[in-house]
This record gives sequence, C-alpha cells and structure tokens, in this order.
Amino acid sequence: MQVEEKKEFRPKIVAFCCNWCSYAGADLAGSSRLGYPADVKIIRVPCSCRVNPMFILRAFERGADGVILCGCHPGDCHYSTGNFYARRRMTLLFSMLDYIGVENGRTRVEWVSAAEGAKFSATMNEFVEKIRSLGENVRLGDLRCKS
Amino acid sequence: MQELITRAKELLADGTAARVLGWRRGDLPYNPEPAFFEKEEDFDQFVYDGFCGANLSKMMIEASKLEGKTVVFLKPCDTYSFNQLLKEHRVDREKAYIIGVGCRGKLDVEKIRAQGIKGIQEIEGTELDGPEELTVKTIYGDQTVSYASAMLGRCHVCKGKEHRIYDEIIGESRETKDADRFDEVRAIEAMSPEERFAYFKKELSKCIRCNACRNVCPACSCRKCVFDSTKFDSAQKANVDSFEEKMFHVIRAFHVAGRCTDCGECSRVCPQGIPLHLFNRKFIKDIDELYGEYHAGEDAESKSPLTDYRFEDAEPGIVGERG
Amino acid sequence: MYKIAKNDLRALFRAIAGERELYLPVKTAGQVNFAAWEEDAEVSLDTLKTVKSPKDAFFPQFETLYMCRTEEKKLQIQPQALKDKEFVVFGMRACDVQGVKVLDKVFLSDPVDSYYRARREHGILVAIACHEPEESCFCKVFGVDAAEPDADVAAWMIGEDLIWKPLTEKGERLTESVKELLQPADGAEEKVQKEQEQIRAILEKLPYTHLSLEGWNGDATDEKFNSPVWETLYKPCLGCGTCTFVCPTCQCYDIKDYKTADGVQRYRCWDSCMYSDFTLMAGGNNRTTQLQRFRQRFMHKLVYFPANNEGMYSCVGCGRCVEKCPSALNIVKVIKAFEKQGGGENV
Repeated sequence: MQVEEKKEFRPKIVAFCCNWCSYAGADLAGSSRLGYPADVKIIRVPCSCRVNPMFILRAFERGADGVILCGCHPGDCHYSTGNFYARRRMTLLFSMLDYIGVENGRTRVEWVSAAEGAKFSATMNEFVEKIRSLGENVRLGDLRCKS
Repeated sequence: MQELITRAKELLADGTAARVLGWRRGDLPYNPEPAFFEKEEDFDQFVYDGFCGANLSKMMIEASKLEGKTVVFLKPCDTYSFNQLLKEHRVDREKAYIIGVGCRGKLDVEKIRAQGIKGIQEIEGTELDGPEELTVKTIYGDQTVSYASAMLGRCHVCKGKEHRIYDEIIGESRETKDADRFDEVRAIEAMSPEERFAYFKKELSKCIRCNACRNVCPACSCRKCVFDSTKFDSAQKANVDSFEEKMFHVIRAFHVAGRCTDCGECSRVCPQGIPLHLFNRKFIKDIDELYGEYHAGEDAESKSPLTDYRFEDAEPGIVGERG
Repeated sequence: MYKIAKNDLRALFRAIAGERELYLPVKTAGQVNFAAWEEDAEVSLDTLKTVKSPKDAFFPQFETLYMCRTEEKKLQIQPQALKDKEFVVFGMRACDVQGVKVLDKVFLSDPVDSYYRARREHGILVAIACHEPEESCFCKVFGVDAAEPDADVAAWMIGEDLIWKPLTEKGERLTESVKELLQPADGAEEKVQKEQEQIRAILEKLPYTHLSLEGWNGDATDEKFNSPVWETLYKPCLGCGTCTFVCPTCQCYDIKDYKTADGVQRYRCWDSCMYSDFTLMAGGNNRTTQLQRFRQRFMHKLVYFPANNEGMYSCVGCGRCVEKCPSALNIVKVIKAFEKQGGGENV
C-alpha cells in the first residue's frame, strides 16, 4: 500500500542583515526569546549597501524562495550613508524583477535597529508567511540547482 | 561627407591631431566599419552615411592612451556616451577633437530585409542630405523603401539632434523622433506578470551569450567583467537559458543603470534581435519617476542617480504598492 | 526522385516527427533558428540563413558530459547517455552540410569524440537547394554547390512542390518511412536541372562569388602571420563571440564544472577564440591582445586548418558572420585586405 505523503512547503529564506543594526536586532530577538521560523537563514554583511543585486539573484538561482535585506534605519547607518544607496539599488532591482514577471513579494527590504528584536521577529514571521502563500520560487530558480 | 574629409585632412596636416576616428567603407552597401585614418590616402575609404550607426565614443578609451589627439566623429547621441565616459574618467578630453556630425537617423539592413528585400547590391539615398526614399538595387530587381521604415528602432525615439559636447559641428541633422521612448516599456508594464514572464522568457531564450551587447556598450568599460571572472562560478560562457533569463541580462542592465545614455547599441548589435534596450529603458523610466528626470551623458558633471540619495527617497516596498 | 506539395509539408513533418526527432528552421520571437518541431511551430523553410547554424544538432552549444556524485564516500561518475535514436535535421543548406563535414574532420579523427559520433551516426540530413542566394553568400568560393546539396536527402523547392531525392542509405531509409506521403516525380530531373541552372546563374552575379583564395593555404603560415595587415584590420573588433557562435564550423569548446543540487555537472560549452579568457591557464594566456585573437580565428580557418586537413578550409562561405558582426568585420574583408595591401602572394 502506498502512503500518500503530504509534505508541508517549507520555504527557504535568505536574510541579509547588516552587522551593526539588523544582525544585533536578530540577536536581541533571540536573547529575548522571540521566535521566528528556522526557514530564515541569516547572512551577515558589513552594511546593507554591501549587498550587490547579484547576491539576491544568486540566492534565488541557488534555490531561495524569498530574499529579505535588513539594515539600519535611514539616517542611522554606521557608515552614514550606506543604506541610502542600498535603498535606491533595491528599489530599482525589485522593480526590474517585477517587470520581468517575478511575483511581487519575494523580495523585501526592512529597516531593523539593534533595539528592535520584536520587529525583527515579527518581520520574519510575516515574510515567511508571505512566501509560504506565494509557494515555491520557480521563475527565478536555476533548474540545475533543484533537487 | 566631402566636408568631413577635407576638415579631417586639415586637422591632420596642421598637426592638431595625430589620427582620425571615423568609418571605413565596407565591401557591401551596408557594412562600413569603425576605423582609424592616419594618412591622406587612407581617406579614399572614408565614408559617412546612414549605415554608420556604430557609436565611436567607446573606441576613444583606447585612443586616449595613444600619443597625440584623435579627431573623432560623433553623432548627437554618441556625444552623450562620450560625456558619460568623461564623467567616469575613462576618456581624456584633451586627447579628443570632437567633430559633431549631423544625423538623420541610422539605418538597419535587417529592417530592409524584413520588407522582403533580398540580394542587395546597391542602396542609394543613404547619405546625410539624401532623399526620404531609399532605392535598393538587388539581383532580384530594384525596390524603394522609405528612409524612416529602414531606420533603427532607437532613431524613432531619438533623444534629440543636439550635440552635447563638441569642438565643431559639420552637417545638418533632421528630426526623426516619432514615438515616445517609454511606450514599449509601458506596453510591457501593462501586461500581467505571467504575460511579462512569458514575453521575456521567449525573447531571452534566444540569447547565445555572445556578449556583443556587453562589449559594444560604451557604459560597459570595466577592465574585467564580473561575467569573465574565473572566481565567479556561475555559468559564464555556457548559454544556459535559466542563467541568461534571470541573471545575465538583469545584471548587465543593472550595472549600467544611471549611466546608460540609451544609445541603443545593445539592441543594434544583438545577432538574435533581442530588444535589450527594454531593460535599460525600464531602469531609466524608474529613475525618472522616482528620483527625478535624469539623462545620463547630458553633461559631464552631474551626479548619477545611483551614487546619490535623498533622505525622503521612496522605500523599495513602493514596487509592490504601485501594483 | 519524389515530390510533395508544399501544402502537405506539415503532414510530412508530422510523419517524420512521429518516428524520429525532427529539427528544422523555426521562427521564435522574430528570429529563425533550428529547433525541435512542434505542431504549432512556425516553420520557415524560405529563410536562407538561420541565425545560428544547425551545427547545434551535432555539437550543441551546451551539453552535459557526466555527473559526479559521492555515495557512501565513494565517487560515482555517471556519463551522459549517448544519442541512440535517429533524428532528422530538415532544411539545412549546402553550406551547412559542408560545415558538418568540417566538424567531422575535427571530432571524428583520433581521438574520436563519442558524443559527436553518436549524434552523427543517428542524424539524417535533409538539405534544400538555395532558391534565392543572397549577397552575403560565397559558398562557391569554397567549392560548395548551393544548387546541389550533398546530404542524405537533397531537396529543391520548385513552384508548389518540394522535390525529394535520397542520396544515401540513411536517406533511403527516411524516404521509405514517409513513402505514403511522397509521390514519384516523373520528369522532375528536368525541372531540377532548370532550377539548378537558375541558381547557378544567380550565384555568378553575387558580389563575393569571385573572391580569390590564392595565397591562402597551409604553407602560408609565416608570411600571413607576420603581415602588418592585421594591425589595422582587427581594430574595430569588439572581442565578442558573435562570429564564432553563428559560424557552422567553429568548433572550440570549454569544459567546466557546475555544482548542482544533484552532484557536480561536468559540461562543455562553445568557447570563442575572441574572448580574453580563451584557453586561459594558470600561467596566463598565450594570446594577450585582441590583435592576436583576431588573427588566430582567420589563420585557423584559412591556414592552419587546411595545413592539417588536406587543404580543406574551415570556412564554408555561409556569410553568417558577414551579416551578424556588430562591427561589420568578416572573413571576406580579411581575404580582400590581404589581396589589396599585400602580404599574400597575389599582390
């Protein structure tokens, strides 16, 4: 007899977090025992501005279902202006992804300070929920990287 | 054309310049190539007609490294590229003597072929002061087509016939603009995400990764391209559709966002006829809408939108909100 | 000889595709390239030159060679299966067929390329004579007859019919399998002959037909290599790979690994001698300037290849590079430049 296995879709989420604010925010979420799904894999970057559009596309290519970038609030960047540049870049990139027909909502930018553990947790929960509703990333993935 | 040759020879003779960058006559009516002219007799081969679409400004990067000045012929749209290269310190203004040449739109032989014309032997009426109609002589008989119908797509949405940087101007231009340059982008934006995805998939799956779009682009002047890097493990030379569709062309356009002057060379050279300008133009349209109207290459001083910011800039979430 | 009405070609394609894979010129997003036949494919047999040549059918731009996996600490290597089913490439041109013969010299001589050989053994070529050759064609220069393609099946489009003539055993076999769709064409020889005369008359009028290859041979290595002509010739070259990728005879490739979710994929893909990272080694590259790369391509086609292959040039005169080079360079301009400026014997 064959048992029909019903697997729940567990999205793969990549979160780029800046070292100074958002990564510390994630830490705070942890030490405050605020939960967020284990589907979120955090990659620490020195500044949100370090994230090159290619990082995002490559994450998708290699199987991510959603990519989120977190940095200091505008005006609070450790390097003064890094996140301003990141903001413009990501706006244009997301708009381009929308233009080539990739579902809206697979990408997101959120500003999370070191004091906002609760915001980090809430954002991640919300984002994972959103990606779950969008389902698997088919349009941006590379077939060769699918298992 | 004779005026250009005479002036170029003068500049060589009086020692102002060491060489001239222009176009050499091809062996078919439609294939002149960019070329350097150093000696008086070389000019027998000089040509400037409707098929001289190549943007010579990128060649000035190499010419700037040579001894002495180079006389370069730039069409109005090429001067934008030159300005942009100047802004990025890729060319040396002191090494260039710019002669702005008139333009009445550049021709695309594929547009002539698309009208069912085969076996082209001669094309008359391609010169700058020529008639509004081209006479195409073929081995299968003569035909006429209108100049406008044989023009490159980019000329229909011309930025204007004003030279942005020059030492002198020779030749009259004629207006060619008859469409809004963002119309094509708007038409795609109006589609559903599924339609857009299908559209780009169809177009980009033709890509053969020949890199002509990258190599011809005056804004693509990195000494080492990220797609040539041996450290970058992604497909590189392999023409894997999924890579081209989702990575290569988006990144190619992104790398020139805010610097692209919309010269249209990428679409002109694509052997598979992929409308690559649609990517660049989308970025330009977004920049205009979000950060204020900006023409890369209009001048050589202003800050590019991606190296600038405002505190009150839109958040990336605006993309979803706009719908 | 047989014939089939042009209107019935769809039925013929359907019949061929029923038994074998069928590749033919298909228009997608405005461009015609060889692709697998589908019921709703927009077949364009009138297109003289597909953008890419049909060499893909035998030597694909990208192909997996094998997969590597580790299973229980042991390395498993799984070679890609070789082609084992017959397929048909319909609508090639005489020059394309000659291109395959050039590739044969490379891939079927020792050491034999098994992937290529398998495809070659299972591929059936159906080539159509060129009803209306164009100005960029110069196949005649390389001894190719556009009026009489030398394939498994030769075909001519005459009036409302396609005349079908099997030339080899493979061609006979294909003919046998679609026989109910073909009618015997009595008296077609005469028609074909007339068409051939017409084609040859047009070929005579083409601007490149009388191009001279004098001085281009396997013995010309040094004098051509050292000629100053290259110094001006290469200048407009962008170093893109368009010419090499649309060419029916360019056969250089690169082998690379890609880490997939399912192990490491070793693949090969076309490479281009125009690229700065072509044959890059740990110690650097042996051709460091675009001049050297540009020279290499034409020296290979017109000098080195004939030197190693009984005088066979690795250019077939299809003219794709003439039409597609972004800088309007091409092999004809190279030959002519040597003719004009010396450096060859025929100064």
